[in-house]
Order: sequence, then structure tokens, then C-alpha cells
Amino acid sequence: MNVLLFSILIWFGSVIAGYLGSLTGLGGGVVIIPLLTLGFGVDIRYAIGASLVSVIATSSGAAAAYVKEGFSNIRIGMFLEIATTVGALAGAFLALRLSTPIIAVIFGLVLMYSAYISSRPRNENLCLDKPDRLAAILKMDGTYPAPEGLTSYNVCSVHLGFSLMFIAGIISGLLGIGSGAVKVLAMDQAMRLPFKVSTATSNFMIGVTAAASAGIYLNKGYIDPGLTMPVMLGVLLGSSVGARHLFGAETKKLRVVFGIVIFLLALEMIYSGLKGGILK
Amino acid sequence: MNDTGQKPSNREMETLIGNLLRAGVIIAASVVSLGGIIYIFRHGFELAEYKVFLREPADLCSIGGILRNAFSGHGRGLIQLGLLLLIATPIARVALSIFEFARKHDTLYVIVTLIVFSILIYSLLGR
Repeated sequence: MNVLLFSILIWFGSVIAGYLGSLTGLGGGVVIIPLLTLGFGVDIRYAIGASLVSVIATSSGAAAAYVKEGFSNIRIGMFLEIATTVGALAGAFLALRLSTPIIAVIFGLVLMYSAYISSRPRNENLCLDKPDRLAAILKMDGTYPAPEGLTSYNVCSVHLGFSLMFIAGIISGLLGIGSGAVKVLAMDQAMRLPFKVSTATSNFMIGVTAAASAGIYLNKGYIDPGLTMPVMLGVLLGSSVGARHLFGAETKKLRVVFGIVIFLLALEMIYSGLKGGILK
Repeated sequence: MNDTGQKPSNREMETLIGNLLRAGVIIAASVVSLGGIIYIFRHGFELAEYKVFLREPADLCSIGGILRNAFSGHGRGLIQLGLLLLIATPIARVALSIFEFARKHDTLYVIVTLIVFSILIYSLLGR
């Protein structure tokens, strides 16, 4: 296939991946990496590099909108970014050492977990009774614009959230995805933030986490300009269209369909990783 | 409660950060597009080969090499420069937050933000 046709096809696939990723909150990376490796036979290391860069693009683009609406908590985000960036460095170094079939299998497992999380209803379980001492020291409690006016909220188990964020960072650095599923889990379930606050803050953090490992990927020659160009431009377009449809469209059915697609892609990644065939 | 005096400056900071992120993405995407057009114009009918992993040439991996490549008008160098600008966008956001927290005399968060900033710089420059 020549460069022109290859770039057009990859760009088109990336637009769709970015659109679905933003609509479901999973991010473009979870579709882009299987698309590139299984669909186009690209080495998974190039695919991870390209995906990581597009994660920064979508996160920064979306965060710009979220931040202005006043949902994201910059203090919580910044504190947790210590955990995610250190994790991302560890993940990137791990990626330099692990063989590609192992990375493919881990990717498949993480993909399955993401599909499972996205198919489940989210339970808002606010932190009401026992405010966290660490949260008080770190001045994390905040307010957000709810439909009924400015509403204040507290933050629970900061230490648990911090540990989960370290894991989210490793996953992001190792696999080149935003690992929004783990970040949202940490903030919804452990720290018990309101949905909109955890979604916006997670999005805000994804770009910084990805930048931490992208530097290493760039230095080590994992980011190919010819491949990354159509991926980044496509995902950016797809996700900005997706973000516009986010609150209006009926997304429940789409989430279920997308969950099944992700699950099948995950099986295929694990299978080809174990077989060592395509991904050698 | 005690955050009445803080609210306007929080709002300001959020707007500033939002604008920075948006500008960074738009500039990066424009440079990548320009590089992409040059790259496809020159190499569009060559074979696209990504099945075998070969590390990128050294001059597409380091900041100095990317700058040299981009300013001599190479498509791949320009794309790489755009990607570098994109990676720099969240880093600039963190740098901006250091100043904003310092302006509010929030020493604790100046330290927190400095830690994050150092990790990012280490990743980008470290070999």
C-alpha cells in the first residue's frame, strides 16, 4: 500500500475511533491500537506511540472546554498527577523491556476491563459523612455548578485514590492509552466525587499523564511521524465531533454495542499475542 | 465559607488554562498538517511499511534534531515538531499552574506542581 492511500485509510479509521472514544468516555486509544495492529499489521510499538500522542490531543482539546465550565478540580488533578506521571514513567520503561506479545496480551486484558466498566451503570456515591484528613490538609473539597446552583462536595480516601492513579499511570505509559476507566474508578468509587467533577478532572489529567510517557517514547524512537500524523489529526477531529454529541444523543445503546466490539477486539489481541503471529 | 475571596481568581486561572490548551492543540495540529502535506506530496507513492519496528533515525528523536529537520523544510521533521508542540502543551499548562498557585501564595500546591513539572521535564529531556 502506498503512503497516500495508507494515510487516508488510517485517518478515516482514526476519525471513527476518536468519535466513539469520546462518546463513550473510553478515549480513542482503545480502538486505534487494535485497528493499527490487527487491521493494518503495524508493529504494536509504533501503534502505542501514535496513540499516546493522539491521547494528548484529545485530552487537551476536551479539557479546554471542561475547565471553562468549572467542573474540574485543579487541586485534586494536580496532586493525583504526581502518582500518574511517576506511574507513566514506570510504564514507559516497562514497555521498553517487555516483549510485544506480552504487551498485546496485557492490552487485551485492560481492554476487557474497560469494556466491562463502560457497560456497567455508574453509581454516584457521594462522600457525605466522613471527610478525609488528607483531603482537608490538601484543600481538595470544592464546589461545582449543578443544575440547582453551586453545590459543594467533599473528598474521601485520598490515599486509595492516589494508589489507583499510580496504576492508571503505569497502564497509560505501558499501553499508550488514556486509561480513563481506571482514573474514573479511582475518583468515583474511592474518592466519591460527583460524576461531572470526576469526568472533567480525569480528562484534565489524561493529557499530563500521557505527556510524561510521550517524552520517553519520542526519545527512544517509538513515534513515527508518517504514521502518527493521520492518527493524531483523525482522532482529534472525531473526538471533537463526539464531544459535541455527548450530552444530547442517546448514548446508552451505543455504549453497549461499543462494549461488545471492544470485548471482541480484546479477545483478538490476546489471541494474536499468545499465538505470537501478527504481533511477533 | 472561606473561599469567597478565592473564586474570581480560580475562574481567571481556569479560563487562562483553557485558552492555553486550546491554542496549543490548534498550533500543533496546524504544524502537523503542514508537515503532512509536504510529506505526502514528496513521498505519497512510496510504500508504507510499519510491520517491522526500526527505531526512528536519531534526528527525529531529539529536540535539537527535530528543530533542524523542521526548519530545513522536511515534511517528517515538521510533523515531529508539531507533535513536540503537542507534548509541550500539557507541560506548559503545568508551568502556568506553578505561577498561578504562587500568585495565590499557595505554597503547598506550588511544591506539588513543581514535582509534576520536574517529572515531565525529566521525561522530555532525559535519555
